[in-house]
This record gives sequence, structure tokens and C-alpha cells, in this order.
Amino acid sequence: MSAAHGRTSHCVYVLRLADSNLVLAQRLGELIGHAPALEEDLGLANTALDLLGQARLLLTHAGKLEGRGRSEDDLAFLREEGEFLNATLVEQPNGDFGDTLARQFLFDAWQVELYERLAASGDPQLAAIAAKALKESRYHLRFSANWVVRLGDGTAESHERVQASLERLWPHTVELFDADAIDREMLAAGIGADLTAVRAGWQRRVDDTLAEATLARPADRPWRWYGKRGQHGEHLGRLLSQMQALHRAHPGARW
Amino acid sequence: MDTATLEARFQARIDADERIEPKDWMPDAYRKALIRQMSQHAHSEIVGMLPEGNWITRAPTLKRKAILMAKVQDEGGHGAYLYSATETLGITRETLIEELLSGAAKYSSIFNYPTPTWADIGAIGWLVDGAAIMNQIPLCRCSYGPYARAMVRICKEESFHQRQGFDILLQLSRGTEAQRAMAQGALDRWWWPSLMMFGPPDADSKHSAQSMRWKVKRFSNDELRQRFIEFTVPQAQFLGLAVPQGEIDWNEFHEVLKGHGPCNHERLAARRRAHESGRWVREAALAYAGKQRDRERDQHREAV
Repeated sequence: MSAAHGRTSHCVYVLRLADSNLVLAQRLGELIGHAPALEEDLGLANTALDLLGQARLLLTHAGKLEGRGRSEDDLAFLREEGEFLNATLVEQPNGDFGDTLARQFLFDAWQVELYERLAASGDPQLAAIAAKALKESRYHLRFSANWVVRLGDGTAESHERVQASLERLWPHTVELFDADAIDREMLAAGIGADLTAVRAGWQRRVDDTLAEATLARPADRPWRWYGKRGQHGEHLGRLLSQMQALHRAHPGARW
Repeated sequence: MDTATLEARFQARIDADERIEPKDWMPDAYRKALIRQMSQHAHSEIVGMLPEGNWITRAPTLKRKAILMAKVQDEGGHGAYLYSATETLGITRETLIEELLSGAAKYSSIFNYPTPTWADIGAIGWLVDGAAIMNQIPLCRCSYGPYARAMVRICKEESFHQRQGFDILLQLSRGTEAQRAMAQGALDRWWWPSLMMFGPPDADSKHSAQSMRWKVKRFSNDELRQRFIEFTVPQAQFLGLAVPQGEIDWNEFHEVLKGHGPCNHERLAARRRAHESGRWVREAALAYAGKQRDRERDQHREAV
């Protein structure tokens, strides 16, 4: 039983999944009402809502595994930055539409591969959440992959922009597949997904879409990000300070 | 057939409570009035996403965040639906949006007020959506078919939003002293602007009489306003909140309408920014669609 803030690996594993969903939903939430066109606004809001729904189920599950009686809201609003275990990919700012959609595409392709495996998890609650979420993630992936293709194979400007987005975001994809002790322990316990297999599936999906989009797969860079260990860049702190401000300003209040 | 005969027949159909459909003959003035009203309504849904969107990232619980996200998304959906209904009158969405961004078209003035606290999200649901429902239920029987059908669907969702808004305030009014003060502050801010949503007093309402004859409008501004007050005051009492006393400041109404409200500038600026920053995206989508057409044509030729 490896501990992180006194939690079991099982709890940490679920919390990582929950936090990536929550942080990305929060990022997409910033965009609602401000997207480049109405249909895209509706599409991104739809993704944000699904991710938030998944985050709530996963946080509730993590709270039970933690065994300290903490609710989804306690975990979302009362943890500090270093306790958030999301991949750094999702905390990256929305940037332009190319940045937003490239981030979404890289994430969606990972999530589909991951959920396909977690749907057969030995943790029945996690398996049920993953099976439901998989349908949503496939839909998100269609939306984001279609846009990556349209931007990549659109105008010279859109091609250049979305290629640059991919280059910026690429280093943040490494940790998605970089199995650490918790990932290995959960795989051995029949709860977690095999990240080597997830990576192979993800690469196939990404390569196929990038080829259709006439975009190049970025080169790997040496720097490793480890959001899933609570090591974040400069963006998450500001995101959380906005998300948590009202809740924290009224301790114990009901809403 | 001369215009006078056509107009007489048209009015006879209206008087018989028949629905006018897009391909039917209609007077130019009727078409213009509907384009004005329906596009204003669509713009209001889109601009209305902004004051509420202001709290998506700060909602105090995840459940409230999800409800608010879904609500703002619904407003966007209403906008899309109403733009499509307006297009049946022979105008494109692009033109309508240009009119919004240039300031030529109006949207509901209520969305030019700020949402400084979470309680404002409750007040918008309860009062603003509540007033909108009062205005819109009669529109479900409006003489123009596509508008009437759009309103049936929209009203269902709006009444759901209204209950959600009331529920936010109910929770606040039963909460801490700070939460109760937040709720009262929001009622104080939104009460008068909500009453103004029914439009100027009947005596000063320039479009009303003709709209009534065309059965686009079925009750007067003052009738609906009074009905709203009778409906809402007991709800405020249930919440333990004090309804502001006094009279509507019509000068404020006209000033906000002319663009001098607290957030007119921010709202249009946000819409323009979204539109401008999306230009390259729309161009890319068009270019891609063009390439796809070319590719399909080439494939078709090869096949032949």
C-alpha cells in the first residue's frame, strides 16, 4: 500500500482520473459563450458537461476509497494545488481554438483507449463509470478529431497554427503513458489499465488523424511533466484559485 | 391579385387563428417585424450566455456548476434554434450576426446588467427567465408557425431554468447571514430591470398595436408586467426577501436601450472578440469543405 497524503494507491489512481476530468471541464467552462461559432460553443459545452459529470462520479468514488467521509465538493474545493493529480496537459490554457482543440484531441484519444480497458476493471464501480464515460469520450473524440483535420487541412494559417499547438502540447502527453509505481500496482491488481497498450492505441489514433490532417507528429522532448504526482506548472494554481474562491469564502455553507 | 386583396386574405387567415408558414404570402411589414422580433430574441439568448457564464468557473459546488453549464448551453441552443426559425423568413444567420455585432440590432437590455455575486445567477433564473416565460408563453400561439413551434420547445426549458434559479435563492435564503444578504442584494439589483423586460408602458409602446392585430403579440406590456408581479411577490415572501418599493425608472430603461447600461460595452465586446478570434477557424472550415468537395468530385470522375 503506497501512500500519497495517506491514501491508498487505489484511491490515488481514481483521484488522478477524476482530477484530469475536473480540470479540463473547468478549462472548457471558461469558453462557454466565447467560442468562435455557436455550434462549436455548444459542442465544447457538451464535452465540458460530460467531463464534469465523469469527474463527479470519480471524485465520489475516490472519497469513498479514501474513507474520511469527504464528498466530491470537499475534494474539488478544499484540496491544495499540490494535491491535485491531473495530467498537466489539461491545465494548459485554452489559448486559441487550435490550442483548445489540439489539447482536447490528444486527451480524448487517450481517454477512449483508457476507458476501453477500464470498462473491464476489477473495481466494479470504476468499470461502470468507465463504460458509461466511454460512449461520451468516443463522441468527444469525433468532435475534436474532426476539427484537427479541418484545421490541419484547412488554410495555410490554420495548418500552421494547429501544428504549433501540437508542438506546445506534446511534452504534456508523455506522462499519460509513463507508468509509475501506482500504475503498476493497479495493473497488477486488475484495477488499472495497461499503459503500454493504451499508448499503442493512442499513437495509432493520433497518427491516423494527423496524417489525414496533413500535420506532423511532433518530436519528443526531454522535459517530463508529472502532474499526476502533484507537480504542476504555473497555470493550475490560478485555475484553482478561481474555481475554489467562493466555496472557500463561506466555510461550511450549503449551496 | 392586387396587394390589397392579398392583405385582406392574409388578415382573414390571422383572424381565423390560422398559422402562417414560410412559403405563404405575407405583407413585407409582417416579415420585417418578425425578423426584427425573432432575431432580437435569438441575439438575447446568445448575449444572455455571458452574464451567467461569468459564474461557471466559480460556481460553489460541482452540482451547481453542472446545472449552470447545462443552462448556459441551453440558451445557446435556443439561439441556434431561433436563428434557424428567423432564416425561414429569407435572411441569413451571417447577416443577423453582423447586425448584432455592428450594434444595428438590439437584444434584451436585461443582459446589460452585471452579475457580481452567485446570487445573481439565482435571480436571473427566477426573475429574468420568469419574466421571459410570461412574455413567451403567448408566443407559443403566435401567428407565424416556425416562431410558435420554436417557442413551445423553448418555454419548456425556460420553466425548468426558472425553478433552478428559485432553488439557488431558496438555498441562500435558508443559509448563513452572508448568503441571505447576497440573495437580497440580487433581488434588489434585478427587480426593476426584470419589470422593464415587459417593455415600455402601453401608452408609449410603438410596435404593440400592429403586433396585436397580427397576433404576434396577444397581451399588452402592462398586462403581462402586472401578471408577473402578482406571480412573483408571493414567491419573494416565501424566500423571506423584501421586494423593492418604488416605481420603474423609465429613464434608466431608455438609457440602457441606447447603449448606456452598465455592461453594454462588455457584452458586445465579448461577442465581437469571439467572432473575430474565430475568423481563421471559420475560414479553415470553409477551405476544408471546399477541398472535400473537390476530392469527392475527382473520385466520382475516376469512378465514371
